[in-house]
Amino acid sequence: MENGRVIISADRFDLIAWRLAHQIIERHADMSKMCLIGIQERGVHLAHKLRQKIEILLGQPSFKYGKLDITFYRDDFRMREIPIRASATEIDFSIDKKHVILVDDVLYTGRTVHAAIAALQDFGRPDAIEMLCMIDRRFNRHFPIKADYSGMAVDALDEAYVRVKFAEVDGLDEVRLYGGRHE
Amino acid sequence: MFQTQLSTKHLLGINYIHQDDIDLIFKTATEFKEVINRPIKKVPSLRDITIANVFFENSTRTRISFELAERRLSADVVNFAASSSSVSKGETLLDTVNNILAMKVDMVVMRHPAPGAHHFLAKHIDASIINAGDGTHEHPTQALLDAYSIQEKIGTVKGKNIVIVGDILHSRVALSNIYCLKKMGANVMVCGPSTLIPKHIKSLGVEVSYNLREALQWCDVANVLRIQLERQDVNFIPSQREYIKFFGINRQLLESLGKEIVIMHPGPINRGVELASDVADSASSIILQQVENGVAIRMAVLYLLAGRRSN
Repeated sequence: MENGRVIISADRFDLIAWRLAHQIIERHADMSKMCLIGIQERGVHLAHKLRQKIEILLGQPSFKYGKLDITFYRDDFRMREIPIRASATEIDFSIDKKHVILVDDVLYTGRTVHAAIAALQDFGRPDAIEMLCMIDRRFNRHFPIKADYSGMAVDALDEAYVRVKFAEVDGLDEVRLYGGRHE
Repeated sequence: MFQTQLSTKHLLGINYIHQDDIDLIFKTATEFKEVINRPIKKVPSLRDITIANVFFENSTRTRISFELAERRLSADVVNFAASSSSVSKGETLLDTVNNILAMKVDMVVMRHPAPGAHHFLAKHIDASIINAGDGTHEHPTQALLDAYSIQEKIGTVKGKNIVIVGDILHSRVALSNIYCLKKMGANVMVCGPSTLIPKHIKSLGVEVSYNLREALQWCDVANVLRIQLERQDVNFIPSQREYIKFFGINRQLLESLGKEIVIMHPGPINRGVELASDVADSASSIILQQVENGVAIRMAVLYLLAGRRSN
């Protein structure tokens, strides 16, 4: 029996993903100016899912899609117990004058997004950067960063831990809430 | 579980690291290679780190490569060349380095003519030390970038036949390459005049050949070294002309093999001696890729050593 409590089941996960895809389309009339960038590693799975759904909704829209690894931009690089292994960055287009939507699984302290914004500046000057997340832990922020699109807000204690699972890597799509990292 | 940090605090030589360390360095270098091919080739990872490049021996390309790697990681860099320093006034190695460290330097990249100088320092100071060449002993980052370049060119190092041609006796590149390639599962052969092959080299598990054509026929990759005239206190070869005749690689020789081999050289090349110009500039040569990979490999080593938890 797996620990933790399911807060988003597979069915609901899919519904939320459809809603987020619709919200992106609603806000971006001109899809050619929009690009979706998943933050490694788990944001990439969500970005991929959203991209598929937008393509189903709009046929074959011409928007760009990329992956961003922020390991080299982290501000806690030498303070972590276990160093993070770098993943690939794949942004083979210019983000100049684009509306970038950064995609991550959980928005927590905001440090990852902060690093991602710094990283994006090495790729060009986007017109705007928006943030999309599946889970918004809105009371645990360290930076003045907010989500423009969020799947679900989770108001939990700092010790709590939220895990977003993806069918591609975990067997099914769901979100679990744990009392602590070691539960 | 992936290994996420190096098993060592210093990079003193390939002999002192594990296969897993090499894999981690290569994986990280691949990500840095993507970074150095961006329009903005810089990441802020080491912005609070100061690195001293301490060179007691001349070097152009290694020093530039390290310095570029350091700057692309946003580290602060100080350069120190022995010729312009108080070493010429009689200061000891330990005093010199301790004086630099007293100015709050976090890492030292050092080249020194004495084999083992880095080991001596590692015992006495706290900062991470990276060996950029110690005499005729090791040159670990060169071996790493060579093996990385082979892997990039032909997919894998494991099971491949790799020959190192030239002055094996005086070459730290050769020794580090042998350690690295053997750790990665390659078959290694050394080839050169018998006077320039160390007597007990076979104890490292390498083959020896004194015949260049045979060695090239056997190999997938030839790593060609320079004759180090500056390290020859006695005459190891009768003449440069004779060396070219027996151990110089030219287009005619390569074409007569009836197969493609990859040509590498750690630089600087003596064109027309160990490599003919038309070989050095040919499609089978990956000499310039080696130089590019050198920056990515050194970024990976610096990044991983700086990120290591000291406990």
